[in-house]
Amino acid sequence: MTARRLAKGGRIDRSRMISMQFDGRRIAAHPGDTLASALLAAGEMIIARSFKYHRPRGVFSAGTEEPNALITLGEGARSEPNTRATTLEAFDGLVARGQNGWPNVRHDLSAINGALSPFIGAGFYYKTFIGPFRGTAFWMFCERYIRKAAGMGRAITLSDPDSYDKTNAFCDVLVIGAGPAGLSAALTAGRQGLRVILAEQDFALGGALLSAPPDAATDAWLSTTADELHSLPNVTILARTTVFGAYDGNVFGAVQRQWDHVAQPPSDEARQCYLKIRAKRTVLATGAFERPLVFGNNDRPGVMLASAVRTYLNRYGVLAGQNVLIATNNDSAYATALDLVRAGAQVTLCDARASVPQPLANELTSAGGVCLSGHGIASAHGHRHITAASVVPVDRNGRATGVTVRLRFDLIAVSGGWAPALQLWSQRQMKPVYDTENGCFLPVPDLLPDMCFAGSVIAAPGLSDAIIQGALAGGASTSQTAHLADTAPHWARDLHPLWCVMNAQDKPFGKAFVDMQHDVTVRDLDQAHDEGYVSVEHLKRYTTTGMATDQGKLSNVNALARMAQLSEKSLPETGTTTFRPPVTPVTIGALVGHDSGEHFHATRLTPLQDWHLRNGAVMTQAGPWLRPWYYPIGDETLDQAYRREAAHVRRAVGLVDVSTLGKIMVQGPDAANLLNLLYVNGWSTLKPGKLRYGVMLREDGIVLDDGATARLSEYDYLMSTTTSGAGRVMSHIEHLLATSLYDLRVRVTSVSDQWAAMALAGPASRDVLRAVSGDFAAALSPNSLTDAQVEGVAVRVHRMSFSGELAYEIYVRSEDAEDVWAALITAGAPHDIAPYGTEAMGTLRIEKGHVAGPELDGRATLRDMGMGRMASSRKPFVGSVLAQRPDLQDPDRPMLVGLEIDGPIGAKAGAILFAADGKTEGNGLGWVTSTTWSPALERFIALGYLGGAPERIGSTVRAIDFLGESTVMARVVSPQFFDPEGERQNA
Amino acid sequence: MTHYSAWSIVRNGLSGNRGWTRAWRDPAPKPAYDVVIVGGGGHGLATAFYLAKEHSLRNIAVIEKGWLGGGNTGRNTTIVRSNYMIPGNTMFYERSMRMWENLSQELNFNVMMSQRGQFHLGHSPAQMDGLRRRGNVMRAHDIDSELMDRAEVMRRLPYLDYSEKARYPIYGAMFQGRAGTARHDAVAWGYARAADRLGVDIIQQCEVTGYLRDGERICGVETTRGPIRAGKVGLAVAGHTSLLAAKAGLRLPIETHALQAFVTEPIKPFIDHVISSGAAHFYISQSDKGGLVLGGDLDGYNSYAQRGGLPEVEHTLASAMALIPSLSRLRLLRHWAGVMDMTMDGSPIIAKTPIEGLYLNGGWCYGGFKATPASGWCFAHTIATDTPHDDNARFTLSRFERGTQIDEKAAGPQPNMQ
Amino acid sequence: MIRLDCPVCGHRDETEFAYLGDATVRRPDPSITDPGTWADFVFLRDNPRGAHCEYWQHVMGCREWLIVNRNTATHQIDSCQLARSVFAGEATMAASS
Repeated sequence: MTARRLAKGGRIDRSRMISMQFDGRRIAAHPGDTLASALLAAGEMIIARSFKYHRPRGVFSAGTEEPNALITLGEGARSEPNTRATTLEAFDGLVARGQNGWPNVRHDLSAINGALSPFIGAGFYYKTFIGPFRGTAFWMFCERYIRKAAGMGRAITLSDPDSYDKTNAFCDVLVIGAGPAGLSAALTAGRQGLRVILAEQDFALGGALLSAPPDAATDAWLSTTADELHSLPNVTILARTTVFGAYDGNVFGAVQRQWDHVAQPPSDEARQCYLKIRAKRTVLATGAFERPLVFGNNDRPGVMLASAVRTYLNRYGVLAGQNVLIATNNDSAYATALDLVRAGAQVTLCDARASVPQPLANELTSAGGVCLSGHGIASAHGHRHITAASVVPVDRNGRATGVTVRLRFDLIAVSGGWAPALQLWSQRQMKPVYDTENGCFLPVPDLLPDMCFAGSVIAAPGLSDAIIQGALAGGASTSQTAHLADTAPHWARDLHPLWCVMNAQDKPFGKAFVDMQHDVTVRDLDQAHDEGYVSVEHLKRYTTTGMATDQGKLSNVNALARMAQLSEKSLPETGTTTFRPPVTPVTIGALVGHDSGEHFHATRLTPLQDWHLRNGAVMTQAGPWLRPWYYPIGDETLDQAYRREAAHVRRAVGLVDVSTLGKIMVQGPDAANLLNLLYVNGWSTLKPGKLRYGVMLREDGIVLDDGATARLSEYDYLMSTTTSGAGRVMSHIEHLLATSLYDLRVRVTSVSDQWAAMALAGPASRDVLRAVSGDFAAALSPNSLTDAQVEGVAVRVHRMSFSGELAYEIYVRSEDAEDVWAALITAGAPHDIAPYGTEAMGTLRIEKGHVAGPELDGRATLRDMGMGRMASSRKPFVGSVLAQRPDLQDPDRPMLVGLEIDGPIGAKAGAILFAADGKTEGNGLGWVTSTTWSPALERFIALGYLGGAPERIGSTVRAIDFLGESTVMARVVSPQFFDPEGERQNA
Repeated sequence: MTHYSAWSIVRNGLSGNRGWTRAWRDPAPKPAYDVVIVGGGGHGLATAFYLAKEHSLRNIAVIEKGWLGGGNTGRNTTIVRSNYMIPGNTMFYERSMRMWENLSQELNFNVMMSQRGQFHLGHSPAQMDGLRRRGNVMRAHDIDSELMDRAEVMRRLPYLDYSEKARYPIYGAMFQGRAGTARHDAVAWGYARAADRLGVDIIQQCEVTGYLRDGERICGVETTRGPIRAGKVGLAVAGHTSLLAAKAGLRLPIETHALQAFVTEPIKPFIDHVISSGAAHFYISQSDKGGLVLGGDLDGYNSYAQRGGLPEVEHTLASAMALIPSLSRLRLLRHWAGVMDMTMDGSPIIAKTPIEGLYLNGGWCYGGFKATPASGWCFAHTIATDTPHDDNARFTLSRFERGTQIDEKAAGPQPNMQ
Repeated sequence: MIRLDCPVCGHRDETEFAYLGDATVRRPDPSITDPGTWADFVFLRDNPRGAHCEYWQHVMGCREWLIVNRNTATHQIDSCQLARSVFAGEATMAASS
């Protein structure tokens, strides 16, 4: 191993030392290093094991495209699998571990898989593990071991100690990528006073300039440009920020790694921040990825991208090898060769092209390098690290034309051209076109009017071109742009599209990897093709090429090239795969931001929440709401509490919070006409000061919602809806008014949040009301309402009963709710008033046979609920026609019934109803919807839907809960169990 | 054609893997077939396979505008279950489950049916009541189902959020042990290979542009590769059903919506089951490769774009973290979308259409993948015999007019109205 | 993320809106009692790939119902109008013709 840190050079801070750990070994680094550069400097060659064959892998690239050097970062609750060493900024205390190797990545017993590779190639698992028997047992037995072998790093089950932020950002111009083109674009736009966001995934600005040797002209340009950008108040520079997705409406998703470059974020700071950037215009200056060459053992540690070798040398001061073979098919690798020679390495450059670029070749040879034209690399040698390479003369088609020569090297740097990073553009359903001159897929300009390009992403030939393109994209006219001399070939000029040297049988020399992370070889592609998996998507899915965590950034083009060869088509005819977001993987926690734990969804609270909690209520979920479930006394259970509360209401008086009901003001001369259309029953006869219960249907005739509506005055109605139906009913009415009833002179307004509501129920409720509001309110007749006062607070009292008892609903402004509630509790003390929760409320309404959520199930008709006669036949209403559809009139449809159960065990809600004897198969006769112990009847009762209900009244059915293994016999009765004549509520 | 077995792997491995033959032929379309199935996804290929296998038809073509398995078959989250409650659905999906259990052997292709069990979590007493009814209906149909309380769920899935901070407390779960996952691509390829072996012509890169008519009757299709006559034409193009029906002059109770799916970077085994939740339309499982596969809800507006929007990305990931907080530090690798036929009651259509000669299979909403075997089997039965099988008898087009919607979610025909 | 230009509130994210779908269907006159007419209205949709006229409601904003012309293949928005002004316009046109 001969990678080493040079004594000087690089853009690292050599004045400071950083101490890190890899697999328990100390790794020294400097600020400005990445983990990968530090590992190289420390001579760590085997950093990871591959997915399938567990082959040793080292550092291959210097960026997000890294397929090999994935490690598990951190420990305990901060442990993070599959982290790229190549983009991980070095920090003091960094701890990393190799993954997918046992006992460790240097010595991995699973490397035996390599020997099995002939049997576990492309798609092998589709062809075996089928088993000699029927059923899935054999596969599932095998699957257990396959699952253990698969995967990469290990997930943890500890809660993340860090927090994440989510913010919105807006700009005129979003520049993605802060290389020369992006900097130039941002500067031009910034100077015009536009709001600019410049996003760069690296921790330093400069892009490819950072990989160039220190040079007065480019470095000066970089620093003055960066300084000016920093000084412009309208320019926001976001470093360490990955723009991961391009979405509709010019919205971009980005994640800024705010504190990933320290061991642990400050306690009050979010580790990462997710930004939703809404940009008027975007400049894509995302650069390009170097395309690897494919040859035998091209995955061995010691094979790297030529550009990465140059980056490690010039940016990090790390010479990745002493005796270097550079294999290329284009000009750009000459820059690497020259820099390496100047740094003291021995360099042999093997150019696949018959005619090499003479000036560059001369420069290289005069500096001491060797240049071989018309030669390609056939294979690498060495197991844990390369020791030699076989090179061979090649013809124009990449076919070996002579004997291979084995030469000793300790580093192989490869360049197969460049692949523009056009993922963000492609995500918007854009198909790139293949450009033969540049040997790459390029975006098509102007397809997305608000996105333009600059730099290597559109194959800018040189540095000055990139800067000019950037300035133009930033809004400059040509005359304003500055020139900067090219320091080195930046683009794959004069590329010869040759990506893999083939032998006489048109096969590569040895095991040649196309997708390194997923261990997909050329042979796998060939086999898939032989088996008929010829379309791009089939090949990708069958072999899994391009589906690893690097998203095929390095493998896709080479896989396409092989496919093109196999199908004897040109590369553009072969097609492309679709790029999916994210461009590089992003942390789930960041995208969730604050919306975790209790903040996953908003929780709605009534204005009386504080009172409930102070008074010991146990709360329960009701859709988005929290409501009092029951108010236990001492160590009462739910069962004990609700039975007591329900009995108490029937005996004395209770108070329940019904603020969650939807409340809608319906106002205007046509209000009654609207109600007539919405509800099945009629409203023309309702007098001011009166209330009426109503049911509404959906357009398809199924019951939508129910509730009472009060006529407050001639043109003012207050509609109430169920808790869960409030939003939907409101939208439903607004939709009708906007789209078909626009002639009606009526307005609707939701006042659900403005009004609190409480129901005072029980024989003593009138006495309590009299005590707080006087005789007038207490004298209200059923289904009437009046304005009143409680302790000087204006309220509205509706005489309305859900419980079946004498009861009043008291409406009050939300801010006064607690005062009124407290006044009722105080005034009710002599009458033994007690609050009750939703469970007891449920008991009371079941005793009365009132429908609620479980019966209003979105499938039941009015007739199913036993309320068919309520529908007016004298007027049309929403759903009136479709409610008459033939199958909805089927007399066998289940209808609402009451069920009385003798004995100590009730029916379970969700139990299936069957006839008293006979088979218990299929859907039975119906099901149990709501169930309770009835204190009033002193037995278990239930509501349910039952087929053939009218004939079964009085008969016995079985309610079977197969899951709980219980069967109870139930007597079918009318759902109005208790006080069917309503004497108590009308008392 | 090679018979797949461990022996075939060894034999070919020893001979350099050069002996593998094509999994299916690449025939040119013939001028006429007895039956043409439009759509080379799982459903269309399965239909062709069962037409050949169960009904002894030999002159069948499947025509596909792109590449087979390239629609929703290759985009879904691979969940297989049979926990349906409404008459019409229950036994159809159970038929499918029973077919899944032997599908690898039937096709001689490992579709990796892994019956790892599905937990559907309940987060309130009311949700538990709903799950109890569903589970009881299943049990009454002899379908496995268990109701687990919180303690049991905690024991089986210790990594869920049982803390006070959980927005939706876990009350329990309904568990179907026979539910699980299968490998989506393998289903398309397995059916294609098996159908091809029975003589079915699978014609890719062939798009239907119209229909051949004999009076009112449909007697073939116009395609980008020329007209193809057919005794019967079956559509199995979920996602695009409305478009192909429109070419025949049919309007359908279908909207096309994008449904997103997500996969994380691969990790060692972490989630051994399928988990779904009543708190949000959400489910999660772990593929054999190691990625956590997440399914979310519709983006919520008509779309043929096969890509998803940010709000549902955020919502699905938030749902995942609400259940499993430690997912926080894992990374999202990829998200994509399929386009779904959403019917006005959430259930599919497998039926003859009012147009003679045209048969329709579509409207799969969220759930087409798990239905694949039974869908193909029932559609083949319907096409071959001109009458539906009992198990698809309710999946008619006329049910909307008649009032027998099969509305499992009870959302009605305007499910988006809030 | 789709962004709609609400005529009342300006450009807003899709998350503020609710979607209802096909806005080309017209609610039959309430006096019509033919079930087929109503079933067509409630259940049948054109569902094109491409230009689509559809209802959205700005539920988290002004609560107006909007008629949006949007491409279902590209998600591009071509127009966004208040439903009530569109219908009022139609009514006026009908009255004057």
